[in-house]
Amino acid sequence: MIEIQALTKYYGARRVVGPISISIAKGEIVGLLGLNGAGKTTTLRILACDLLPSSGSVRVDGLDVVDNPDEVRARVGYLPDAPPLYDEMTVGEYLVFAARLRGLGQEDAEARVEEVLVSTQLDRVRDDVISTLSHGFRQRVGIAQAVVHRPRLLVLDEPISGLDPVQIVEMRELVRNLRHHHTTIISSHILSEISETCDRILVIRDGEIVAAGTEAELSSRLVEGAEVVVTVRGDAGQAKRLLASVKGVTAVEPVDATEPGADISSFRVEAERDVRQELCRALVLGDVALLGIAKNDRELESIFLRLAQPESKNGAEVQA
Amino acid sequence: MRNALLIAQREFRSYFRSPLGSIVAAVMLLLEGLLFQVGAMGGQGAGKAKLSAEVLSDFFYYTSGVTMIGAIALSMRLIAHEREKGTLILINTAPVKDREIVLGKFLALFTFLFGVTALTAYMPALIFVNGRVSVGHILVGYLGILLIGGAAVAIGLFASAFARTQVIAAVLGAAVLGVLLLLWMAAKVADAPVNNFLLSLAIHHERQRSFMLGTLRLENILYYVGVIYFFLLAATKTLEARRWR
Repeated sequence: MIEIQALTKYYGARRVVGPISISIAKGEIVGLLGLNGAGKTTTLRILACDLLPSSGSVRVDGLDVVDNPDEVRARVGYLPDAPPLYDEMTVGEYLVFAARLRGLGQEDAEARVEEVLVSTQLDRVRDDVISTLSHGFRQRVGIAQAVVHRPRLLVLDEPISGLDPVQIVEMRELVRNLRHHHTTIISSHILSEISETCDRILVIRDGEIVAAGTEAELSSRLVEGAEVVVTVRGDAGQAKRLLASVKGVTAVEPVDATEPGADISSFRVEAERDVRQELCRALVLGDVALLGIAKNDRELESIFLRLAQPESKNGAEVQA
Repeated sequence: MRNALLIAQREFRSYFRSPLGSIVAAVMLLLEGLLFQVGAMGGQGAGKAKLSAEVLSDFFYYTSGVTMIGAIALSMRLIAHEREKGTLILINTAPVKDREIVLGKFLALFTFLFGVTALTAYMPALIFVNGRVSVGHILVGYLGILLIGGAAVAIGLFASAFARTQVIAAVLGAAVLGVLLLLWMAAKVADAPVNNFLLSLAIHHERQRSFMLGTLRLENILYYVGVIYFFLLAATKTLEARRWR
């Protein structure tokens, strides 16, 4: 679907992207993860044919972005970090305009807009002027304009930026639903968005892809062992002994209980690998009530920081 | 052309959905009316009567100035405003050629100015009814207004494509137009053949005078068409270059 070979982009003498070589298969949802200024937006703008590459090749459906920009643009739907909305238009008018701009005829555009209004849950604000919409609805209109012409590739730059928690959940659901119809690339510096929505993560730093894979792959490659938090009710001493007896566990440390209540205690368990299954079995067989067990949330955070931060900072962190 | 018309249609409608278009149109019509009353019709009561044709010529003189100012005031936002608001990327990532973007923007503002200029028709009509002027003089004068208006829009559009902000676009557009306006003064102090060359580039002086007097000259029409084409081409190339920046 997408083939990027030795892509670079320079602003003057400064290299902001590349060299990047990746390929993305049809139907994949790929997350582009990086800190601000890492080169995410520039890469996406090249894919959307807004900018042209300085060197290398980018092909979408076999079409080169330099040689066939209009054909590529017709296949790509792009949501920039700030939705490109004309405030004076109504939602319906705007989407018809966006659809027609992407080559749909008037009747086809109107019919398609009806479908998109429903799929993005915008039908109740169809006749509202865009300037009156909340931030969440503006993001939805931004996504709607990106999918209105049935693109094969959907490029979303920070789609949940600035949304409240309810809107974030709704937006994730919306993006997941789009996977049936589009290959999708989502950029973000928000880890949870990438890990929960995407099939594969590309970590970008200083314009280069420094790691690629699923969350589990990145985790196993970069985090030494695994860390889980276990919450139990009952004899804390016995629970600690049972946890420590599991093969592969390297340390068990009591931590603040994750929930209130009598006889409830929590432990941080460090192990050479993911031992959650064995820990559960040991506690149940030892007659200790298991209330909760979860991978430490900081794990992905740690992967991200190791990969995305400049090398000098990484070195300092590792030494520390 | 389909895309250009689509862009023009949206842009044209936007003038009526924000106060800006109405305000600029109202100010232009007010100025043109005042200048017609005070400037073109003025002096008639002081025992120095003007011929109808002179009044009409003066009307076109003032109207051409107001049209240029209105063109620069509105053209600064054509692309720079979209860039500032982040909406240009919608058009840039659609299968639309840069020349279609430029043409669409030009058509929208040119049509708007055409409409505002048409609303001044009651003034020459008053002269036509109460004095003796030819319809041809009126039509040629209006053609001159539209051509110089179109040239000012093209210059402003180029400035808007080039500049990052509307303010810079306005300053740049006004500067380019100002230089083209004042070239006749430079021609006065230059020697031949440079003076003739400078005079031939001046956008208003001799060029517009022939239209104001009701004289249609092909060379003058070609000059304005050439200016419009040159600056629209420059705007297109500027947009193309920004993708490579």
